[in-house]
Amino acid sequence: MIEPTGEHLASTFLCKEGIKAGWPICLGYFPIGLAFGVLAQKAGLHPVEIGLMSLLVFAGSSQFVAVSMLSGGASALSIVLTTFVINLRHLLMSSSLAVYLRSVNKSRTALFAYGVTDESFAVNLTRFRNSNWDWRQALVVNQTANVAWIVSSIVGAYSGQFIPAGALGIDYALIAMFLCLLVLQLRGRLYVLTAIVAGVLAVCLALVIPGNSYIVLASVLAAFIGVVCRRKDILNDQV
Amino acid sequence: MIRSEYLLLVLGMGLVTYIPRWIPIFILSRRQLPRWFAEWLDLIPVAILSALVFPELVTGGSPRYFDLLRPQLIVAVPTFIFALKTRSLGGTVVAGMLLFWLAGKLM
Repeated sequence: MIEPTGEHLASTFLCKEGIKAGWPICLGYFPIGLAFGVLAQKAGLHPVEIGLMSLLVFAGSSQFVAVSMLSGGASALSIVLTTFVINLRHLLMSSSLAVYLRSVNKSRTALFAYGVTDESFAVNLTRFRNSNWDWRQALVVNQTANVAWIVSSIVGAYSGQFIPAGALGIDYALIAMFLCLLVLQLRGRLYVLTAIVAGVLAVCLALVIPGNSYIVLASVLAAFIGVVCRRKDILNDQV
Repeated sequence: MIRSEYLLLVLGMGLVTYIPRWIPIFILSRRQLPRWFAEWLDLIPVAILSALVFPELVTGGSPRYFDLLRPQLIVAVPTFIFALKTRSLGGTVVAGMLLFWLAGKLM
């Protein structure tokens, strides 16, 4: 029998903390995963194929788009290209997370990178900033969300049609989570200003361009405007 | 059960999704960032969160149209205040869901 060691207890603690931080993501993923499973099954995919896509891609909106393109008879190349464009926003998120992963070795960060999503990024970055968040706790967050996503899409493939749409306000889970994470990021006037600029830009862009490229465009521009404002303040202080 | 052309498709999708997730961590974690870039990155999270959530609140449909009367926006106001007061992620998610469910019953 294996005696519980200090190391073992520490990893149990890290795991618990990670799951605690990750459960709101699971709550948000479940209805979306179910919906994805149902749609994918209607598009003619086998539950195993649906689970495989959730495992290999693990990026919600691009999977919905891929399924609708598949049922519309699109070519594999155009689906892969579209997936690339939709998921390019993760480049920014990984860039922000990279700062906190300096001490972690390469093969571990390669594993970590797999689980960077809009939601896990937001949860982990907040924790990295405000507490002694360990990369292993962050990995648990990623993988907890990953399991919820894969399981819910397979459950959806088999049984989603029996779950009523909009049950218990579940459609609002991710919006509420993003709102709270946004609040936690508002650490000063510059952050509030950047948030307003990004929000207004995103809404304007979303109205004129289809798809979700407005997320990348609006946030890149808003952060750039924020940096310019910060620099101007520094100049004013020195005069 | 899994068709081979489908396997190729999801492998391709997986690869093009993984690379942008991995490259910045691989490159940036090894070197010092220029100051303007670090300042820019510092503002990226708040900008992304805002860009993710605002269009969800005030636009709907496909193609999207502007709508200030969406229950998503109306529920967002008390949810936002709840988040400001409690700073609790789990609590805000539950409160938001409850309010959205209530809004669905009333509207």
